[in-house]
Amino acid sequence: MNLVNLFKIAFKALCNNKLRGFLTMLGIIIGVGSVITMLAIGQGSKRSIQAQIGEMGSNMIMIHPGGDRRGGVRLDAAAMESLKLKDLEDIATQTRYLSAVSPSVNSSGQAVYGANNTPTTVYGISPEYLEIRRYKVADGDMFSEQDVRTAAKVCLVGKSVVDELFPGGESVVGKVIRFGKIPLRIIGVLESKGYNSMGMDQDNLILAPYTTVQKRMLAITHLQSINCSALSESHTDQAIDEISAILRANHKLREGDEDDFTIRSQQELATMMTSTTDMMTLLLAAVAGISLLVGGIGIMNIMYVSVTERTREIGLRMSIGAKGRDILAQFLIESILISVTGGLIGVFVGVGAALLVNLLAAFPIYIQPWSVLLSFAVCTLTGIFFGWYPASKAAMLDPIEALRYE
Amino acid sequence: MREVIRLENVRRDFVVGGETVHALRGVSLTIHEGEFVTIMGTSGSGKSTLLNLLGCLDRPTSGEYFLDGSAVRSMDKNARAALRNRKIGFVFQNYNLLPKTTALENVALPLLYNPACSAAERRRRAEQALLSVGLGERMLHKSNQMSGGQMQRVAIARALVNDPAVILADEATGNLDTRTSFEVLVLFQQLHAAGRTIIFVTHNPELARYSSRNVTLRDGRIVSDVRNPQILSAAEALAALPRTDD
Repeated sequence: MNLVNLFKIAFKALCNNKLRGFLTMLGIIIGVGSVITMLAIGQGSKRSIQAQIGEMGSNMIMIHPGGDRRGGVRLDAAAMESLKLKDLEDIATQTRYLSAVSPSVNSSGQAVYGANNTPTTVYGISPEYLEIRRYKVADGDMFSEQDVRTAAKVCLVGKSVVDELFPGGESVVGKVIRFGKIPLRIIGVLESKGYNSMGMDQDNLILAPYTTVQKRMLAITHLQSINCSALSESHTDQAIDEISAILRANHKLREGDEDDFTIRSQQELATMMTSTTDMMTLLLAAVAGISLLVGGIGIMNIMYVSVTERTREIGLRMSIGAKGRDILAQFLIESILISVTGGLIGVFVGVGAALLVNLLAAFPIYIQPWSVLLSFAVCTLTGIFFGWYPASKAAMLDPIEALRYE
Repeated sequence: MREVIRLENVRRDFVVGGETVHALRGVSLTIHEGEFVTIMGTSGSGKSTLLNLLGCLDRPTSGEYFLDGSAVRSMDKNARAALRNRKIGFVFQNYNLLPKTTALENVALPLLYNPACSAAERRRRAEQALLSVGLGERMLHKSNQMSGGQMQRVAIARALVNDPAVILADEATGNLDTRTSFEVLVLFQQLHAAGRTIIFVTHNPELARYSSRNVTLRDGRIVSDVRNPQILSAAEALAALPRTDD
């Protein structure tokens, strides 16, 4: 018997019992739909975090002092003075995998202009910092190497600082604000970056030459951290190895000594942060997968009842020449039709639900093509798997017994 | 006349609860093309077992069965399924039509299991079979919209559609009232007149008078096998029935 005829027979049988077929499908529809929706939500939040981290500079490497121990007491990393200017210079000149290096020293306090003031942080950095952190100058200019050498009292301000200090909306370049006791002339305004994924305002900052912050504000000679940019994301690990070697040599650490610095890459941070959403995605998908399984068991249940109910029909078909494999194929195709149709509807429902979540709750979603294909493939397999038992039971019936079944 | 069925000392034993039951104890029977045979017997006489054997649904424990020249005993399940599909037309007591399915589709069903038969061919032959049982007007009626007599005629059309070597009817009038029974009987006699081979299994001795040959079974053996010298006409009997106005 050919496949087209088998499909006709199975389709006909389904049409004879539309409501039941639909109710059976419902399990698959909900299963597939929820798998797709959950994966879309999970992938969406993962992508949005990745995008935000990318904005901060995906190939950024941060070096902090730390891991030091004095007299058995582990000290706060910020109190360490192990990062020196020499380290910065050596890293800048000796590495092959970095495109930019900038020191960082920062100081928090009130910025004041006239009658307005706002709490903010001054980051003492070198001009390369802009490239590393992906900041752009919207108005005015970045300070120069010359300004760094002379510890010039100049600064760039973020948009939040501008809004707080200059509510009138006037041009701010050239104005002189005060931070603590130090007057700083604004030479540029940074382009707004908004909030980052951790809810930190990336525009509430003042950038100044690190020498200015070191000498005029903090009176220190060490660096609080060094930010670098690897040539590309794939060079991050090599760059970290190099930096580590340079710093260990500079700090005269022997083999077996613990590092007195920590190196973190943005990549690491990204992995850390996306691992949470990966976990969430996995959990959501697992729950959705269980509902797909329950849907599959629903198919088995209904097909089993259907085989029992149609015992006489099976007997008749056999008596007029259906072979066991024809009966097997008929019921198997029926359950596959249920699961595939359910799966198709489920794909639409799932995609629709994901779009609705995006529209109503403004939640980021991303529908991965493979998730659609996967759940579709899974539900087809579900149909075959759960249809097999009832179908083989039908095929094994004895036509004489089946014809007499009441 | 050509031999359609030959049974040679056929036995069929069943093992029920550790005990062997001899349903058929050596049955030999030859049926030629164009015969209308009634097989009679009380319940337990072995007529259902014989019917299952003749219909290739079952195999003899011993002895040989040749259907249209093929030895059935050595055939496996699939080969017998194919044989049923080509050589046998079943008519059941309870019609066994597919529910919610049109007469045409019901009749075409055996041809669906014949890969050599195209869709157009299927339709043509199903229509022809329905015309031959007088249901030309009702081809697209569904099985649940028909009376018992009509359903049985659809079933007979289904048995005819594969042009079988033999039509096996199992109490085919058992569920019908007297008038409808005669109508169906008229149809069987027409088929007989057209040269069809028919085996009609029944426990109703009255029906024997309308067939050409009567075989009686008792306790798994043939106790009588006689030709009917005076075949009654079912059409006349039908005409003689008192008219009812319902």
